[in-house]
Parts: sequence; C-alpha cells; structure tokens
Amino acid sequence: MLKPSLLSVSILLGLGAAVVSAQSYGVGRPASAEEVAAWDVTIGPEGHELPEGSGTAKDGAQVYEVRCKECHGEEGVGGDHAALIGNPEQLKETPPVKTVGSYWPYATTLFDYTRRAMPFEEPGTLTADQVYAVTAYVLYLNGLVGEDDVLDRESLPQVVMPNRDGFVRDPR
Amino acid sequence: MKPRDATRRSFLGTGALAGAAWTACSAPEAEAPAETDQPSSLGTPVSRYGQRSPYEKAARGVRESQTPEAASSRTPLDQTYGIITPSALHFERHHAGVPEIDPATHKLLVHGLVDRPMAFSVDDIKRLPSVSRVHFVECSGNSGGEWSPAGAPTVALSHGLASCSEWTGVPLRILLEEAGIQPEAKWILAEGADACLMQRSATLEKALEEGLVAYGQNGEAIRPEQGYPMRLILPGWEGNTNVKWLRRIKLTAGPQYVKDETSKYTELMEDGTAWIFTFEMDAKSVITAPSGGHAIDGPGFLEISGLAWSGRGKITQAEVSTDGGQTWTEAELQTPVYSKAFTRFRLPWEWDGSETVLLSRCRDESGYLQPGRAELIEERGRKSAYHCNRIKGWRIAADGSVTNAEA
Ligand code: HEC
Repeated sequence: MLKPSLLSVSILLGLGAAVVSAQSYGVGRPASAEEVAAWDVTIGPEGHELPEGSGTAKDGAQVYEVRCKECHGEEGVGGDHAALIGNPEQLKETPPVKTVGSYWPYATTLFDYTRRAMPFEEPGTLTADQVYAVTAYVLYLNGLVGEDDVLDRESLPQVVMPNRDGFVRDPR
Repeated sequence: MKPRDATRRSFLGTGALAGAAWTACSAPEAEAPAETDQPSSLGTPVSRYGQRSPYEKAARGVRESQTPEAASSRTPLDQTYGIITPSALHFERHHAGVPEIDPATHKLLVHGLVDRPMAFSVDDIKRLPSVSRVHFVECSGNSGGEWSPAGAPTVALSHGLASCSEWTGVPLRILLEEAGIQPEAKWILAEGADACLMQRSATLEKALEEGLVAYGQNGEAIRPEQGYPMRLILPGWEGNTNVKWLRRIKLTAGPQYVKDETSKYTELMEDGTAWIFTFEMDAKSVITAPSGGHAIDGPGFLEISGLAWSGRGKITQAEVSTDGGQTWTEAELQTPVYSKAFTRFRLPWEWDGSETVLLSRCRDESGYLQPGRAELIEERGRKSAYHCNRIKGWRIAADGSVTNAEA
C-alpha cells in the first residue's frame, strides 16, 4: 500500500500507481534525536563528538592493568596481541613496526576504537572516564602526554601524533 | 509382491487408489531384468532445505587462531565452478565474531549531514526498488603472502580471501535521498552491528554511484557470516569497506580516520609514508585448475581454468602461459562478463607430461594490465602488505603434481 505522499505525487505526474519517480518513497520513519545520539559514537579527527569525562595516565595505568595487560603486555609491548608502543622511525624497519605511537595519525582514533572495540572480549564496557584514562596511559607510554596531563574533549584532539603527516591519498 | 520400502508406502498414503496405482507400476521381482545398475530401492524423499552430496567435502580454509572471532576463513577457489561462490563457502573476515541478529528488531539509521535523520527496518528496505548485481568482494589483505617470492602453496591460501555473489538490495542512493543529502556531505561512515561496531569511511560519490544495501546473496537471504540481515556493497572496493551487519550510515564532510582505515588497510611505502583510502582493488587473475596441491593424472587433454576480476570494471582479457611466461595465449572468457565480478577464463591444453610453469594475467576495461611481482614491488616497495595482485604461477612436475612456482 502506498503512503499518501507517494500517491499524491504519482497522481500529479499522471502516472496512477504504475511508476513512481518521486523524490520520496515515504518509506522508513524519522529517527528521533535520542536514538541518533545513542548510536552516534563515531569520533572524527577534530574530536567534536567526544563525550564528557576525563582521565590521566595515572588513572589509566590501573585500567590498563586490569582490562588490557593480559593481551597487550606489560606497558603496551610483549603481549599476545598488537603492541601499542612505538615511534615512526620503526616504520623504516623490515618488517615495519606499526603501532599507535609509530603509525596512527590521530589520538581521537585511539579513544574511538578503545571505546567501541576494547577490551576485545567485553567491548563497550568502559566508562568515558576509563576510556580517557586508558587512552592517556597508552599515549603516556608513547611519550606523547605527561603522567598527570588531563585528557578530555578539549585536550585529547590537541595531542599531535608523531605520524600525523605520514599519510598520502591513494595516488593510483 | 512385497513392498520394497515401508516408509515410501506411508509417505504415499494408504488410500486405495494410491496403493493400486503403485502396485500397477511395480513389476514382479522375478521378471526384473538382471544387471542393469538401476537402483532397486527409492531415494530419499523431498526435503525442506537441500544439502550437498555427502561425497562433496569442499570447505573454507580456517587457520588456528587465539582469537577465532577476529580471524579469516578462505574460499577453496579450486573447488568452485563458474563465477558464483556458494554462499556457504564465501570467505570470512570478522573483527569481533558473527553477531546473531533478529531481522524484526534490526534497523538502519541514516543521519549526519541530512535534512531528516531516518530509521529503516528490514521490511522498509525490502519494499523499496531493488536491484541484483554480481560482484566480487575481496579482502585487501588477500594474496598478502604473494609479496614474498615464495608465495602460498594452494589457491585457497593465495587468493581465497575473495568470493563472488549475486547481491540483491536497495541502491544506497535511495536511502540517502529519503533522508535528504545536505550539500556539505562528501563522505559516509558505515557501521556494522557486530561487537566492535566495525566502521569504515567511504566517499559519498561512490555511495551514490554504486552503493548497495544488500539483503540477498545468491538467491537467498545473506548468510550471517556475510552480514545478515544486510550489508553494504561498494563494488570493486576493498572488502573491509563492504560493512556487514550494516546498522548505521552517517553523512560527513570528511573521512573519520577510524582504526580500520589508518592502523589497518593502509599501504606503507618504502619512504615511511603510507597510502590511505586505497579503495579500488586492482585487476587480478589466478589459475584455479590445475593449481597447488592438485595431481594431474598423466599427460593428455586438460582444461586450464581460472578466475579474473577487477575493481575498475569488466575484465577484457585473460591470458595464460604454459611455458613459464615465454609465450601467452588468450583464454576464453565466460560470458556474460559482469563489471567488478569474477570472470571465468578457460583454455584447452594438451599436457605433454614435461615439467612446466602455468601463469595467468588479465587486463580490465581501464586498460590496466596485471603486473608481475617485480613491477609491483618497483611501484609499491615491500612494506605494503595489502593489495598484492601480482601474477601467480603453478609448477607442474613431470609426475603431475602441482605446486607453487616461485616468482
Ligand atoms: C582478550 C584480549 C584483549 C584485551 C583484554 C584487549 N585487547 Fe586490544 N586487541 C585485541 C585484539 C585481538 C586486537 C585486534 C582486533 C582486530 O583484529 O580487529 C586488539 C587491538 C587493539 C588495538 C589496535 C592496535 C593496532 O595497532 O591496530 C588497540 C589500540 C587496543 N587493542 C587497545 C586495547 C586497550 C586499551 C585495551 C584495554 C582497555 C585492550 N586493547 C584490551 C585483544 C585484546
């Protein structure tokens, strides 16, 4: 059954119900601001979408100890899964060492990914404060923030990653 | 005269008419002709969902992993025919396992730089105008091992992170236009409903031109491993952008630089810079029969067959060398040739029983010719890890065994 908006357009076009070339099919429903806000977790490089909350590397060390260390190793290296520490010089090694510290262009990505995908087996279970804190700890281990620097929606996007300018658009 | 199968009898029913007809069709046993190889008992009855023959064992290649939810499985390309990959054998690459999604509660949210954020149910999506298109999906890490001269020993291992299906769904353009695209929108961010909310950015241009929100795969609902109840298809673009379990599309001014388009799926060059947003899959071909692990049963006629595909359009030519690359012969392309789809090529061959190397290469409608390993490395170096599309060779030994040929 066609919805009214469609019917009126097709009648206007003199097509009856046969062909609908209208702008809108009238299918789907408007999404409420609340349901959009609940799902819109993406954080772009400018960090406009970052949530309230804050944390320091000091706080983050505890989060890391309990929630990350078993897989990513003591101080972010030597675990069964991805090393989180490094610097861009290591990209020249063979094989290259690609880590948060050596490769990632934006600190916001670390917050975004940790919040929605880590810890691997319990994604989405950290509070915003915990994510700020563990993000600060990983950045601290990479020598990019101080131990007591407070990371929040203002300060996190200011962190300049060492490989910020390391990416070029596909030249093919 | 005795009933041969009690089950069959009850299946037909015990009505007098049915029973009489059945009796009339059955000859007395004494008169049965001898040695005809005709089955003397009936087969299994009709069933609700078909199964393959118990003699068929083709299976995806799965490697041991500490985290099998963040892992991949490979299509046994040498055990598929034509251009369509059976859905059950379509390769997998998941980052947080396969979610179980009830289509009755699934929704697709379209928001961001739009006039009216919209939510679509699965039923909504299915009532909109649909299209069906044959397209490959290939992980950009496919053939990663082929960067090394050694290369992988079987075609499943070397090229099995690529598969091809007929996808049915709604052009993404329709959904975006329902929400009203604002002029500042230039990119989209697509998100899956898996545990890690897998995300990728893509250009709005691609989304509008060719993006498909697919719910059908090879004539039935998309398999859970492929994104049930719906996935994004961006034809010809690296597999990871074809977001499975699609639940959200956000229109944005620029890309979001999410983990899987920065840390992963970027190409590191020798000078330390990296190519980002390397979406298109370059033209690639591989011989699937005969291929690594096969054993040819003596000299004589043998059809050489393989697959070619390109993210830039149709395959226009596939060539095969049966002498290690000294001479090339044009293979026949199976028609119709679809754009950004597996294209089957075939070449009749008389194997004389001597040792040799088989190679294939292809060209697409952009004019691009599949490179050899040296050319590819000249352009990209050795650190990229992704997007390896070099020519692959299979060595045929005099005893008929087929193994990887070093490049
Ligand atoms: C049970 C093991 C496990 C735990 C615990 C865990 N991770 Fe991970 N982590 C993984 C796996 C596996 C991946 C790769 C996922 C994939 O394939 O997409 C990963 C990837 C990452 C990455 C991306 C690395 C890169 O360079 O691409 C970051 C960053 C990360 N984890 C941070 C964390 C943080 C922070 C915590 C604690 C809050 C954490 N992880 C807890 C297993 C774990």
